[in-house]
Amino acid sequence: MNNDLILKVEDLKKYFQAEKTGIWSSGDKQVFALDGVSLELKKGEILALAGESGCGKSTLALTLMNLEKPTSGSIIFDGMDITNLQGDAQKQMRRRVQMVFQDPYESLNPIMSIRDLVAEPLIVHKLFLDPQERETRVRQALEDAGLKPADVYINRYPHELSGGQRQRVVVACALVLNPVLLLADEPVSMLDVSIRAEILNLLADLRREKGISVIFITHDMATAANICDRIAVMYLGRIVELGSTKEVLAHPHHPYTKALISVIPIPNPRHRRKRIILQGAPPNAMEIPTGCRFHPRCPAIFERCQVDDPALMTIRGNHQSACWLKNNGHSKA
Amino acid sequence: MSSPKNPPALLEVRNLSVEFMPNKNTHLKAVQDVSFSLHEGELLGLVGESGCGKTTMMLSLLRLLPEAGRITGGKILYRNQDLLDLEESQMSDYRWKEIAIIFQGAMNALNPVRTVHDQIAEAITCHELKTPKEKLDTRVNDLLEMVGIPASRGSQYPFQFSGGMRQRVMIAMALACSPSIVIADEPTTALDVMIQAQILELLQELSRQLGLAVILVTHDLGVVAEICDHVLVMYAGVTAEYGDVDTIYNHPVHPYTQNLIKAFPNLANPLDSLISIPGYPPRLDALPAGCRFEPRCLKAFDRCKIDQPPVYELKDRHQASCFLVEGQK
Amino acid sequence: MDYYVPPTGFKSVLLKLRGNWLAWAGIVMLLTTVILAVFAPRIAPYDPYADIKVSIMDIYAPPSAQHLLGTDDAGRDVLSNFIYGARVSLIVGFFAAFISVVIGGLIGISAGFFGGKIELILMRFTDIMLVIPDLPLAVVLVALTSPSLGNIIFVIGILGWTTTARLVRSQTLSVKERKFVLRARAIGSGNAHIIRRHIFPLVLPLMVANSVLVISLAILEESTLSFLGLGDPTMVSWGQMLNYAFTRGGVSSGAWWALVMPGLGIVWVVLGLTFLGHGLEQIFNPRLEAHHLSVGKNMVVRGKEGAGDVQP
Repeated sequence: MNNDLILKVEDLKKYFQAEKTGIWSSGDKQVFALDGVSLELKKGEILALAGESGCGKSTLALTLMNLEKPTSGSIIFDGMDITNLQGDAQKQMRRRVQMVFQDPYESLNPIMSIRDLVAEPLIVHKLFLDPQERETRVRQALEDAGLKPADVYINRYPHELSGGQRQRVVVACALVLNPVLLLADEPVSMLDVSIRAEILNLLADLRREKGISVIFITHDMATAANICDRIAVMYLGRIVELGSTKEVLAHPHHPYTKALISVIPIPNPRHRRKRIILQGAPPNAMEIPTGCRFHPRCPAIFERCQVDDPALMTIRGNHQSACWLKNNGHSKA
Repeated sequence: MSSPKNPPALLEVRNLSVEFMPNKNTHLKAVQDVSFSLHEGELLGLVGESGCGKTTMMLSLLRLLPEAGRITGGKILYRNQDLLDLEESQMSDYRWKEIAIIFQGAMNALNPVRTVHDQIAEAITCHELKTPKEKLDTRVNDLLEMVGIPASRGSQYPFQFSGGMRQRVMIAMALACSPSIVIADEPTTALDVMIQAQILELLQELSRQLGLAVILVTHDLGVVAEICDHVLVMYAGVTAEYGDVDTIYNHPVHPYTQNLIKAFPNLANPLDSLISIPGYPPRLDALPAGCRFEPRCLKAFDRCKIDQPPVYELKDRHQASCFLVEGQK
Repeated sequence: MDYYVPPTGFKSVLLKLRGNWLAWAGIVMLLTTVILAVFAPRIAPYDPYADIKVSIMDIYAPPSAQHLLGTDDAGRDVLSNFIYGARVSLIVGFFAAFISVVIGGLIGISAGFFGGKIELILMRFTDIMLVIPDLPLAVVLVALTSPSLGNIIFVIGILGWTTTARLVRSQTLSVKERKFVLRARAIGSGNAHIIRRHIFPLVLPLMVANSVLVISLAILEESTLSFLGLGDPTMVSWGQMLNYAFTRGGVSSGAWWALVMPGLGIVWVVLGLTFLGHGLEQIFNPRLEAHHLSVGKNMVVRGKEGAGDVQP
């Protein structure tokens, strides 16, 4: 594997067994949460995984963290195959890949002090057994996450902090083990807009100062656009477009991406542009359409789309798209 | 001040103040001295951070507050009738029939064991008691079609609808008695951006078709810029700034508004560095003596710590509560 | 609504306790019983375990200055019996309940946390225990062993855990799904750590509230067993007082004091515990809270003349 890469995912699939629900039994159906995802992440890169609910981005995060076992495919982390890790090896890996969760109100146990919360990963991994050293490490992590001076926060409880501060604590908990990869699952969606920039800037700083790579999962491309180097757009368990942020936003190729970008609200009334509002909602992941999975909602559909399932194809340089439309996005391939 | 050029406002709120008294000794000023007006067919965006009082103020319009809530001042003039002068029994003529509300997260509070049709019908029968069944059914079907749900789905249960569809059901319910004003409290917050666009488009359409006035309560500035005509920005219970959408976004005068806009990611300029406003809004039991925004304001000066700025009325129906605009009238 | 952050944690419990008259009534009732039991030797005018000489006049003697609540079938002072009887009820109640809650807690947490086959087996076992009527089974068990206090405590304890198990299981299930548990897994915590650090502390308050109700049921059961003659004959208990009063001519003698007092005692303590238990449940179970919007008459407090206009 290229020494430059911190993560290489190949054809990752995760299918869930749909439970029988009695009268409205869905039989032996499967939920195709991830249906063949491949991507590469360079060291020190920030990649956005953008998509609406049901596209599989959260499942991807959980699978990358080994919190869900993949159905097939492989995950190679820093040269090591972590697809089916167990026991000690898995615990070792957990030190290097950490997650930042969406809900700062729920991801912190309300009865634990900030000190206990940040120290927990250390205790679980039996690091810094000396209480004095542990205390120092905890304070360091809090300050790295922007909670300075640590004294003010370390004895408090989650409910005494604001949403932004709580999210910083979540980041501190992730940082305390010195990870090399952070999976941030909608880290700012539940925060007020006026404080989102703090957390975004924090992630950017961590990348710059410590070389931590970040996978930034979000449904809000505008937020992602601000700090991410590349964007991967997901739809129904697949990546449908991948490229540098600038490129994807300026020249989106896949009709889904085009539609998503067109409906993102722009805080300027003079910029009211034509919105491509797709009708309906994405079908549930139990019934993937034949051919291109997007074809039932696609405004640019033609015959081939109903039959052939497009894989990610290079459009220009690093820019890839899973769509049969030709490079210029108009004529048919 | 109405004239042929300036039609009278449908709703005029003047100096509304609302307090919470969780116990005898605590007065929490949740809303203080807020004024705005709403015309037929107008879309007003009510913007602010969580806890700024926007939901409380909307509930006050309907005179529906938690037990500890008290309306302590101001007038709510609906078609020139002060709602605060009315007896509670008279309020039932206004709730839902003139002003309706879609509560925050209401789409998740639909009764899971009753069909969607029945629940919308219930909204009608609660307010217009003696409706014959046929008329009721026709009306419910009309409402469903109006919000883009095929009438045949009325016999389904809430769990069979997606989040976006359930929100449409809530809109149908709000329209049940043909109100003139619909208040939508964070109608798209939990929804994906595509569904959000659908719902906003629906609200715009309905406003156009029915002459409906809509108050859109949200923390999302982008949504407001998308469809609203006027914007009221609230901070810690007071009006920060109020004006038409172009002024607010392109010529804001209140530092809070200015910062809020800069904090918002703009896909048109994605690499503009986002600012965040340091600190956080004051707790209602610990309000600053002077301007409520002063602790977080980069343009604050001495007077701001001592006095609370009144709401200044600038020209063109533009208000701002900041000492910086004192001279400009 | 974040307009006002009410105090949380211990302070909030105390605050909620303040307004909860149910819990207070329970506390008062329980406290009086406990005081009675603890200070029995000092409060009771006579010692029920002392040897006494009685004559026929002393049997079922009605209340008098010497015996405020009369005497029982053996000439003993009913009031003193009553006061000492509180001891057995409380001892059996607390210890049996402790056993029940520990068993129920273990089963509930295991079933809820591990799920799968473990949950299936444990919950089906719980269902079977629920279906079997407690009293006949207790009667059989006590009859098979000797009726000592220890045995009674043991028997009631091992039969009374089913409601606790169900409650704990459902609470475990809900805590298990919370995001901070997912986070704990994400950092590599093992099951033991998660149960100890995250699940148990959040299940405990509900167990405490529930244990109060379990105590009241245990006391009731002990009284019933004693009433049926299966109690420890060497100790005075309310159930035993009732038993003697019924089987030894108390009714035909019209000695209402010998019947009413122990009955009243049982009712008093069980009711008190029930009040306290329900009160605690209201405090600890956030799901029982309701946040209503009201249309109260007190809502509009400004004068009929509204405030002035917007400052020009």
